[in-house]
Amino acid sequence: MKIFKNKAVQALLSSLICIVLGVLIGYIVLLIINPEGAGKAIITLLKNFFYYPTSAMRREYFGSTLVKTAPLLMCSLSVLFAYKTGLFNIGAAGQYCIGVCACLFTALYFSWPWYLCLLCAVVAGALFGFIVGVLKSYCNVNEVISGIMLNWIALYITNAVLSLVKEPTSPYTYKLQGAMGKAALLPTLGPINKFFNGNKYITIAVPIAIIIAIAVWVILEKTRFGYELKATGFNRNAAKYAGMADKRNAILTLVIAGALAGLGASFYYQSGIQQWECTATSVPGMGFNGIAATFLGGLNPIGTIFSSFFLQHITDGGTHIDTMKYSAQISELISSVIIYLCGFVLFIKHTMNKVSINKEAKRLKKEASKPAEEKAKGGEA
Amino acid sequence: MLQFLEQYTLLVQYTLIFASVLMLVALGGCFSEHSGVINLGLEGIMVIGALGGALMMFFLQDKVSGFPMVVLTLLAAILSGVAYSALLGVACINFKADQTIIGTALNLLGAAAATVIVKAVNSKQFGKPDDSLAYRVGRSSFTSSFTIGNTNFEFNWFMVIAVVMLIIAIIVLYKTKFGLRLMACGEHPQAAASVGVSVYKMRWAGVLISGAYGGLGGICYIMAGGGTWHFSYGVAGFGFLSLAVMIFGQWKPYRIALAALLFGFFRALSNVNGSISLLSQLNLPPTIYNMLPYIVSLIVLAFTSKKSRAPKAEGIPYDKGMR
Repeated sequence: MKIFKNKAVQALLSSLICIVLGVLIGYIVLLIINPEGAGKAIITLLKNFFYYPTSAMRREYFGSTLVKTAPLLMCSLSVLFAYKTGLFNIGAAGQYCIGVCACLFTALYFSWPWYLCLLCAVVAGALFGFIVGVLKSYCNVNEVISGIMLNWIALYITNAVLSLVKEPTSPYTYKLQGAMGKAALLPTLGPINKFFNGNKYITIAVPIAIIIAIAVWVILEKTRFGYELKATGFNRNAAKYAGMADKRNAILTLVIAGALAGLGASFYYQSGIQQWECTATSVPGMGFNGIAATFLGGLNPIGTIFSSFFLQHITDGGTHIDTMKYSAQISELISSVIIYLCGFVLFIKHTMNKVSINKEAKRLKKEASKPAEEKAKGGEA
Repeated sequence: MLQFLEQYTLLVQYTLIFASVLMLVALGGCFSEHSGVINLGLEGIMVIGALGGALMMFFLQDKVSGFPMVVLTLLAAILSGVAYSALLGVACINFKADQTIIGTALNLLGAAAATVIVKAVNSKQFGKPDDSLAYRVGRSSFTSSFTIGNTNFEFNWFMVIAVVMLIIAIIVLYKTKFGLRLMACGEHPQAAASVGVSVYKMRWAGVLISGAYGGLGGICYIMAGGGTWHFSYGVAGFGFLSLAVMIFGQWKPYRIALAALLFGFFRALSNVNGSISLLSQLNLPPTIYNMLPYIVSLIVLAFTSKKSRAPKAEGIPYDKGMR
C-alpha cells in the first residue's frame, strides 16, 4: 500500500475518481432523460472522433480536437499560474475574449501578419489581467468578482469592436481565409497536416502550447520567481515577511495569466477554424473549461496537457450525440460535475493517506507482536 | 410632458425590478457569508431557482390559476434554490472543500443542468429540443396576479416580496438569538463553539437560507423578462452583481437595499436608454449602457473594498480541532 503514499499516484488516482464519477453522473442524467439510447449516447461522447467510420476521417477529427485543445490548455495554464499564487483567475474567460477581439480586429481591419495579431492578443489579455491584479493588490477587490465583471465588459467590447469587421448579412466576422485576414493565419505544420488527412487548421499552435506548458512547469518548479509565487500562495504574510514583493508578484502573476489566456485566443481564432459571432450573449466557455482542466490536471502544468485533451475530447464528443433526444450540453454538465468533485480532492487524498497509515500501523503492530510470540513459543519448548 | 413622464416611469419600474432581484440575492449572500461560507455559487442557485419556478409554471399553466399558482411557483423556486445550495453545504461545510472552486462549479453546473433539463422537457413535450421554456400562458396570468395598479406603471408584487424579505432579514439577523449566533459563526467560530453553538448547524442554516433567497431572486429575474426565457443565457451575471451589491452594502441588510437601488438603476439604463430622449441625444453606443453596471461595480468595489467589513472567518472551513 506504499504506492498510495506517492503524491503523483495520489493526484492521478483522485483525478481518475473524479472523471469516473463525473461520467457516471452524466450517464445517470442521460438515463433519466431517456433510458433507451443513454448507453449509446455516453459511449458516443467518450468515443468522440472514433465515431467516424474511416481511419482518415478519424485522424482528421482527432486533429480538430487537438486544435481546440491548444487554447483550452492555455486557459488552464492561465488559471493554474494564478492559482499557484493563491489567486483564482476566473477572469481567464474575459482575458480570452478580449484576446479574440484584439487578434481578429487587427487581422481583419489592418491585415496585420500573424505574429503581430498574436502579440496584440497577448497584450490585450495581459492588460485585462493587469486590471484585476491592480484592483486586488491596491484596492483589495476580490479577484473573482472583478474577474467576472471584466468578463462581461470584455464580451460587450468584443461584440462592439468586431461588428466593424463583420459580414454584412450575418452576425459572424469575416472569414480569416479571405483576402483581408489571410496574413493572420498561423503557419501550418506541412507534412504533419498530411497525417491528419490534410486538416488545415492544425498550426504551430499545437506544439507551441505543449512547449509553453513545459515552460510553465520549469518556471514554477525551477526558478526563484516561481518559488516566490508559490510561497506567496502558501502564506501571503510569511512571504511578505521574508522580503518578497507580494503586491508586485500578484500583479505580475495576473499579467502573465492574462497573457496566456490571450495567447489561447490567438491560437484558436488565428487557425481560422471559427468566426466570432457578434451577437454572442456570453463569453466563450473556454476560460471556464480551463478551470476544470486545471483542477483535473492535479494543478500540475504537465497534468493539464492531458486533462485539457480529455475535457476537449468529451466536449467534441458531446456534439455527436443524438440531439433529438439529448442536448450537447451534457458534456458541459459532466465537466462541471468534475470541477465540483475536484473540490473533494483534498478529502480523497486525506483518506488515501489515512488508509495507508492505518495499514502501515497494522503491519508494524504485527511485526512487533511476532517476535514476542516466537519468544513465547521458545519458552514453552 | 406626459410623454416625458412616461419615459421615466419605465426607468423607475425597471430600476425597482432589478433592484428587487439584486437585493434578494445579495441578502442571500449576506446570510451565507455571515455564517462563514462564501457563496460564489449564487449565479447557479438563481438559475436553478428560476428553473424550478418556471417548470412549476409550465406544468401547472392550464390547471391552476391566480393566487395558488403564484404561491406554488414561488415555493418551487425557493425549494429548488435550497436543494441546490445543499451541494455547497455538503462540500464546503462537511468536506471542507475550497469554497471558490465549489462556487464556480455550481455556477457552471447550474447553467449546464438547466439547459439539459429544459431541452429534455421540450423534446418530450413538443418533440423539439429548444433551450427556451415557453410559459406564456403562465406568465400572463402570473403578471396579472402579480401587478397592482393600472396600465402605465406596472407595480410588481416582487417588489413587495423583496421588501418583506428585507425586513425579515433585518429582524432575523439582528433581533433573534439565531441570527446573532449565525453571525458569531462567521466572526469567530471557535468562540461560538465554546459557548455551545453548533457551528456546522449554523453554517448549514446560512447556506440554505442563501439558497432560498437566491432561488427567489432567480424566478424574480426571469419574470422581469419576456414570456420565454432562454436558459442557456443564464442570469447574465446577476449573481455576481449581487455579490458586488453585498460588498458595497458592507454585509448589512439595509445598506444592501440602498446599494441594490443604485446598481438596479444602472442596469435599468441598458434596457430603456433608447426611449429616454435625454440619453438618446447623447448618442452613445448602446454597448456603453450594457457595460455600465459592470463598470460601475468595479469602480465602486475599488473604493469600498479597502475598509471591508467582511465577516472575519468567511471562507475558512471550520475545524473543531483548531482553537
